[in-house]
Amino acid sequence: MKHLVPEFDRLRARFPAGFESSMVLPCVRRIQEDRGYVADEDIQQLAAYLGVPQIQIEEVLSFYTMFRRRPIGRWHLQFCHNVSCSMNGAERVLEHVQAKLGIRPGETTPDGRYTLSVAECLGSCGTAPMMMVNETYHENLTCEQVDRLLEELA
Amino acid sequence: MPGRQLIMSFPVTPTSHGLAEYRARGGYAALEKALRSMKPAEVTKEVTASGLQGRGGAAFSVGRKWQVVVYDDGQPHYLIANADEGEPGTFKDRWILENNPHVLLESMLISSYALNVRNCFVYIRGEFDLPYRRLAGAAEEAYAAGYFGERILGTDFSCDIVVYRGAGAYVAGEASGLIASLEGKKSYPRNRPPRLTVRGLYQRPTVVNNVESLSNIAWIIANGADAFKAVGTPKSPGTRLFSVSGHVNRPGVYEAELGYPWMKFLEEDCGGVRGGRPIKCVVPGGVSSKVLTGEDIKDLVLSHEALWDAGSTLGSGGMIVIAEGTCMVTLLQILMRFYHHESCGQCTPCRHGTGWLHRIMDRIVAGQGRPEDIERLYYISKFNDGTTICGLGDAAGYACSGILDKFRDEFEYYIEHKRSKYQGNLECPRFS
Repeated sequence: MKHLVPEFDRLRARFPAGFESSMVLPCVRRIQEDRGYVADEDIQQLAAYLGVPQIQIEEVLSFYTMFRRRPIGRWHLQFCHNVSCSMNGAERVLEHVQAKLGIRPGETTPDGRYTLSVAECLGSCGTAPMMMVNETYHENLTCEQVDRLLEELA
Repeated sequence: MPGRQLIMSFPVTPTSHGLAEYRARGGYAALEKALRSMKPAEVTKEVTASGLQGRGGAAFSVGRKWQVVVYDDGQPHYLIANADEGEPGTFKDRWILENNPHVLLESMLISSYALNVRNCFVYIRGEFDLPYRRLAGAAEEAYAAGYFGERILGTDFSCDIVVYRGAGAYVAGEASGLIASLEGKKSYPRNRPPRLTVRGLYQRPTVVNNVESLSNIAWIIANGADAFKAVGTPKSPGTRLFSVSGHVNRPGVYEAELGYPWMKFLEEDCGGVRGGRPIKCVVPGGVSSKVLTGEDIKDLVLSHEALWDAGSTLGSGGMIVIAEGTCMVTLLQILMRFYHHESCGQCTPCRHGTGWLHRIMDRIVAGQGRPEDIERLYYISKFNDGTTICGLGDAAGYACSGILDKFRDEFEYYIEHKRSKYQGNLECPRFS
């Protein structure tokens, strides 16, 4: 994470004094964007940089669903399968994608292109069903749309 | 249109979220008014007099929450807008963040002025990308225009804002869990007292208000408490943003004046149920509120008191409409999976109770339910209630007992016949 320190210094200036601990979440997020996951050395270096215990960073990493300790596929497909999405066919679209990619939720395609996940409500209930591809929401999904999207992502 | 509009009162266009158009709609005039002609105490008084209730779920008086903060107690105060919208069925704060972010920012500035806040925060759920970019962009515009920073509009009032992104945790929407998360920790809620308005972020007095609650403040200051009270009902002043989903023809976010007839809202504004099917039930305000059947809601109006009288709540305004023919057993299984997944694990009744509820529901849906399971579901729901630090455990119980109360026969059928009365169906075909 060392090359991100200038960026973190700028971020620090936006917080009031004494808010170093608050920087754990944004810094971890940035590290993950940069490396694709958070490595042991990142934890050590970030703890030293912020002056917080390593265990706090470990706890944050294991507590929040968006953080990960291992690399995943290039495209992370996250399907909401909560009530409103399920009431609008999320399970059908998810099954279609599973069959197409040959993986189940929690798995990555052998070529490392796609990782499939299920997620709880992502706030797209009125535009259900939906999936998140990396950071982007794709809403009102149909099987045909997903097919087109997967081709574009290739 | 379901009554008067205070927050969604303009047509959404590709540029309507920007500062120029917000100002053309009269934006930031309320801030000018507050800073130039009102004392901070007068702002708080106006907000209290308006009777504005929290829009995040509990409907607690915003003014009463604010009054706990002692203006000049010599310590820093913080204001946090809770944008960790995660209650299933709820997506109305997202509408504000994406389409009217400046109304939130202006309202937060006015609120910060009233509460003697130098640093305010928006805690936005980590998955929200477009809402984050819209809000962060709006904050930059507001800084450039001199609405944030030092000596705002040439007055002695200074205020800075940080838009803080969460990282995926339903429980971070609970105010004390949110504060723990904003302190860079796992979002474990904590017991009260002391209240957050006494000891909140970094042990300093902190006001945490929902995005929609705050977004009403600019209107209240611009138009006065009396004008606000003239909208809605005497006990539920103003409007609410309802996010409508499920088996309706026109799902989406609607601003409805409180007191508006519920069935009229669903049939005329939301286009009715798909295929003209009858309403089986409605989740009124996020899945943590108890479901009401089509019959229950027939003569109800949308107001806090009407829903409380009916044994439920308007909650977060996340309305899920469920058509006849939907399997409530399968639906409850999803809900129990959700609470189990989101339980933070701090309190034993919730950590174990939600898992127990989830496993029983899995078992029933797999055709291995036992006759005593229904009573067991009730028992766990009741046991969870009030025995945990935050409301998550309670909410799992309400969701469970609420559905059991209304649709017990479906559960008995499923357990006895080892299959769903409605083929496990959750979908409703789109005819129109």
